Amino acid sequence: MKQGTLRAPDRVPVVVGIILLAAAAIVAMDANHIQSGFTYGISPAAVPFVVAGFLALLGASHLVVAFRRRDPADDSDAWNPGPADWKAVSLVLAGLGCLMAAIAVGVGFISGSALLFALTARAFGRRAFVVDLAIGAALAFLVFLLFNNLLSLTLPEGPIERLF
Amino acid sequence: MDSLLALGHGFVVAFEPTNLLFAAIGVVLGTAVGVLPGIGPALTVALLLPVTFKLDPGGSLIMFAGIYYGGMYGGSTTAILLNTPGESASVVTALEGNQMARSGRGGPALATAAIGSFVAGTIATFGLAFLAPVLVRLAVNFGPWDYFALMVLAFVTVSATFGSSPLRGLTSLALGLTLGIVGIDQLTGRARLTFGVPQLFDGIEVTTLAVGLFAIGEALYVASRHLYAPEKPIPVKGSLWMTREDWRRSWKPWLRGVGFGFPIGALPAGGAEIPTFLSYTTERRLAKNPEEFGRGAIEGVAGPEAANNASAAGTLVPLLTLGLPTSATAAIMLAGFQQYGLQPGPLLFTKEPALVWGLIASLFIANTMLIILNLPLIGIWVRLLAIPLPWLYAGILVFAAMGTIASDPSVVELAMLVGFGIIGFLMRRYDHPIAPAVVGLILGPMADNQLRRSLQMSLGDPMILLQNPGSATLLAIAALALVAPVLLKGLERFQAQED
Repeated sequence: MKQGTLRAPDRVPVVVGIILLAAAAIVAMDANHIQSGFTYGISPAAVPFVVAGFLALLGASHLVVAFRRRDPADDSDAWNPGPADWKAVSLVLAGLGCLMAAIAVGVGFISGSALLFALTARAFGRRAFVVDLAIGAALAFLVFLLFNNLLSLTLPEGPIERLF
Repeated sequence: MDSLLALGHGFVVAFEPTNLLFAAIGVVLGTAVGVLPGIGPALTVALLLPVTFKLDPGGSLIMFAGIYYGGMYGGSTTAILLNTPGESASVVTALEGNQMARSGRGGPALATAAIGSFVAGTIATFGLAFLAPVLVRLAVNFGPWDYFALMVLAFVTVSATFGSSPLRGLTSLALGLTLGIVGIDQLTGRARLTFGVPQLFDGIEVTTLAVGLFAIGEALYVASRHLYAPEKPIPVKGSLWMTREDWRRSWKPWLRGVGFGFPIGALPAGGAEIPTFLSYTTERRLAKNPEEFGRGAIEGVAGPEAANNASAAGTLVPLLTLGLPTSATAAIMLAGFQQYGLQPGPLLFTKEPALVWGLIASLFIANTMLIILNLPLIGIWVRLLAIPLPWLYAGILVFAAMGTIASDPSVVELAMLVGFGIIGFLMRRYDHPIAPAVVGLILGPMADNQLRRSLQMSLGDPMILLQNPGSATLLAIAALALVAPVLLKGLERFQAQED
């Protein structure tokens, strides 16, 4: 067996480990809070405590994995997946943000969805923003008709949606 | 004989014109969405779940079954023609199927996949019809401790035993379990992990998690890696039909595929990856021309596709009889049941026999419709593959967001969807499986309730789990399944050092 000689740790498992430990702390604190007002029978905090323990164990394991010398046979490439196009990712997220904003403000979801559609298409390499905006609006409109009239599901409405 | 009689009644229900219509709509929708690249059956079902919100339970569950089978069918089409399997169970199909398509034999590859799925689905659904009543009779005597132990076993097998890394699988499971705590506790009415946000009182919707992790996560991932670079679908040239030779080489792999798929799917072992992989290696070993494998051997499509479909029917056994989902798709199906206040399990068979058996009968019908509708219509589905990926993913995102706000028109729900999308992206980027999180979310609260019921009966003594032979055995198997991969790895390393 190769024993753990220390080396620069992998960054990702350290971060995951810390997140898991933090989550364990939050779950345990919440469970503690529930426990305090509970006097009879089996407590609803019992399982959260178990889950908190599980999270803590996983967090600790991640830290161990991060600091242990890497076994060449292990598929640790999972922690180093290579470069990513963060601009494309943020474009998609911006699109989702637009939809959220449109609904929060009350502009209705057709305009929000059109923006989501166009921004996502741009993230995927399209350059015809206005065309995509129109396609997105048409698609959102169709789905709105389908959901609203055929399936009687209510979608958030704005001035455009109220016309129909 | 009981089964046959009940199944007969089921067919009476399933053959009602409206139900036939629902089955047909489900099959078409399922195929259309499932055929889109990167969308597997789990996501297909999750995306289309909102469409069934306002329909009556019987009809919409039948539609669901159609969506499920259609999604599987569409997934294999994508795997063969585009080499982008929408789910892990189609990975093996893509190996040989895509090679066949490249050498101009795409038609027979699709045909053997479709007919094999039909054969396997039909046999496995018979298996379901006969096995389900037996299990129901057994499950009536299950105590809460047995259910709890079964769920623990499902947790372990879904997350740790068969994945590439137990640590990453268990982390995904932990995410689901933690999210499962959120909301008002069913037994005591206490709010847990809600932080005072009223939208969290009802807990986290399984569909929101599944659509976020699968759809939004996938879109972000594909965007981040520029995976939308032109990969053109291979046009289907020549005859669609299988030659006599193709039939001769296909029928045995189909049957063997059922042999692998159904039992493994029906065990709470989860996932169709194992049976498809087993089927592939077996066919390669048994083939007369093993050198053909890797260059488009029809056995390598026929077997795994049959295994995939048989295991899908197999996962319905624990789902319907025990309420135990062992795959992401089954977890979302369970959420579909729950939206109508139906809890699958032994009680459902006695309380709603028309619904359960109608559903089982409609599986046969959906399967038949798929083969009748889809072989001639393959040209249309192939055209769907040609949608430019920017529009495709943009459309998926719009539809995913809409389904979520249709179920709960609030910004909080949408924010959760986006949050899960980011988590799903990171999980995909760092190679974490997603199914354990979805299964954990839906099974976690159920396991919690069963555990507390057991403890209430034993006045708080956890030894009750080990004193009952059933739960003790199941927990022992779970413990074994947890350490097995580690032991096997150690053994391998040991052998490697011997060499």
